[in-house]
Amino acid sequence: MPQKSYVVEALRKAQLLELLSKGTRLDGRALDQVRNLEIQTGLIEKANGSAMVSLGKTQVIAGVMIDKGTPFPDTPDKGLLIVGAEVLPMAASYVEAGPPDEKAIELARVVDRGVRESEMIDVSSLVIKEGKFVYAVFVDVNVLNVDGNLFDATNYAVVSALLTANMPEFVLEGDAVKNTGRKMPVPVSKIPVSLTMASINGMLVADPTAEEEGVMDARITLTTVDDGNICAGQKGEPGSLTQEQILTAADWAISRGKEIRAKIKEATHRA
Amino acid sequence: MEEKKKLIDENGLRTDGRRWDELRPIKIEVGMLQNADGSAYIEFGKNKIMAAVYGPKEMHPKHMLLADRAVLKCRYHMAPFSVDQRKNPAPSRREIEISMVIREALQPAVILEDYPRTAIQIYVEVLQSDGGSRVAGITAASLALADAGINMRDLVVGCAVGKVDGKVVLDLNDTEDKEGSGDMPYAFMPNLNQITLLQLDGMFTPDEFKQALEMANQGARKVYELQREALLRKYFAGASVETTTEEVGE
Repeated sequence: MPQKSYVVEALRKAQLLELLSKGTRLDGRALDQVRNLEIQTGLIEKANGSAMVSLGKTQVIAGVMIDKGTPFPDTPDKGLLIVGAEVLPMAASYVEAGPPDEKAIELARVVDRGVRESEMIDVSSLVIKEGKFVYAVFVDVNVLNVDGNLFDATNYAVVSALLTANMPEFVLEGDAVKNTGRKMPVPVSKIPVSLTMASINGMLVADPTAEEEGVMDARITLTTVDDGNICAGQKGEPGSLTQEQILTAADWAISRGKEIRAKIKEATHRA
Repeated sequence: MEEKKKLIDENGLRTDGRRWDELRPIKIEVGMLQNADGSAYIEFGKNKIMAAVYGPKEMHPKHMLLADRAVLKCRYHMAPFSVDQRKNPAPSRREIEISMVIREALQPAVILEDYPRTAIQIYVEVLQSDGGSRVAGITAASLALADAGINMRDLVVGCAVGKVDGKVVLDLNDTEDKEGSGDMPYAFMPNLNQITLLQLDGMFTPDEFKQALEMANQGARKVYELQREALLRKYFAGASVETTTEEVGE
């Protein structure tokens, strides 16, 4: 995280709080309004699927690579689905190259949880030979520019990349796996959409910018699916939330999530 | 997640004989370790967890210190023998994430401003793991902080809620955690009524989510009674006595 200047933080926070008490924000958005979302798919030809997402000034790119793999011993009848995320050193001045820190690990795990728990991909259909060969779906996200709310930008990129991905067809020939050269779509059903909200002095704002994250006390990410059910959640940052705030967060995650899902469907030609 | 076995029988009893709103047996003891500035041990079902606190102490590395408050550090770790298959002792990505969420769950309760330029280190070692080890760890770690004499706004107490056989139930055990269809770890500050940890995986309708929050709150309040008693016992009764769930009126 960026080194904070306590003086600037205090001044900015005062301004931000004054605006918040009037129900608006530094960039003029309503409390539950998300920034402009742009999704571009299929720009990496070598990947099985890809998507570049801009959420305000936050920019991330996701790539899907699908190959054959061996299943985990405890789930021999399920394919692999692994979501990873890295904040590139170019994404902000404070980012250092090196192994992922706890924030990057949390980012990848929270997005992975949303996709996994939504059962967006039917992993039981990704089996070539039970216990031996399965499809392995890797979704890797590179964060290119940080301006807050990496969780949602990453979620939208992962989902858009999967919705537009094709995978190679593998068949069993004797004891070996052969690539037929044909491509087929990835078996996707639901579309998990996350909404991240920051609590600043007890007030909730959706899709926080880096500046808002700089003064937030707590953060909550809730991921919903098409029917409005909640499939993943994570509270973050060393602050706390009231039960009332969490219920508001759930309402926003469901209503805003619906709008964002429609945008994702449109961008991925699934509308 | 698919559910293979039936996890709630026709009498409404769960795999370990509990009803939907019952906690597993809980035992808490404060001040088990000699060297640590504060410590606490918790048995929560089959979870056996030791928590210890060192500090306020000198901050290392020095450039990470904060001039106006202490830095809170946390390490959640599972012993290689704590699970069915030996766990590699190196910290996994799961443990790194849990270390962070535990720290963030405890930090609102700790008055860090009282200890500028220092570090407060929390250790949570899972000696045996059952479902819900992170929330049991938080309950113990918050006692270890209090035992270390660190100024606090409140204790933090945790409890998980989950979904098995399509029903929202309190405090998942290992089997329910692995085979159920949802899990929601929760921790809060009981006197300030502020939620400090919330995670969720699985599928909850908006109504179930609301119900789960309420149930977690009620469950954690029961755990809080035991947590508080354990602290009082160490400081006001002298001898180390055990508390069990039986002592709390249902």
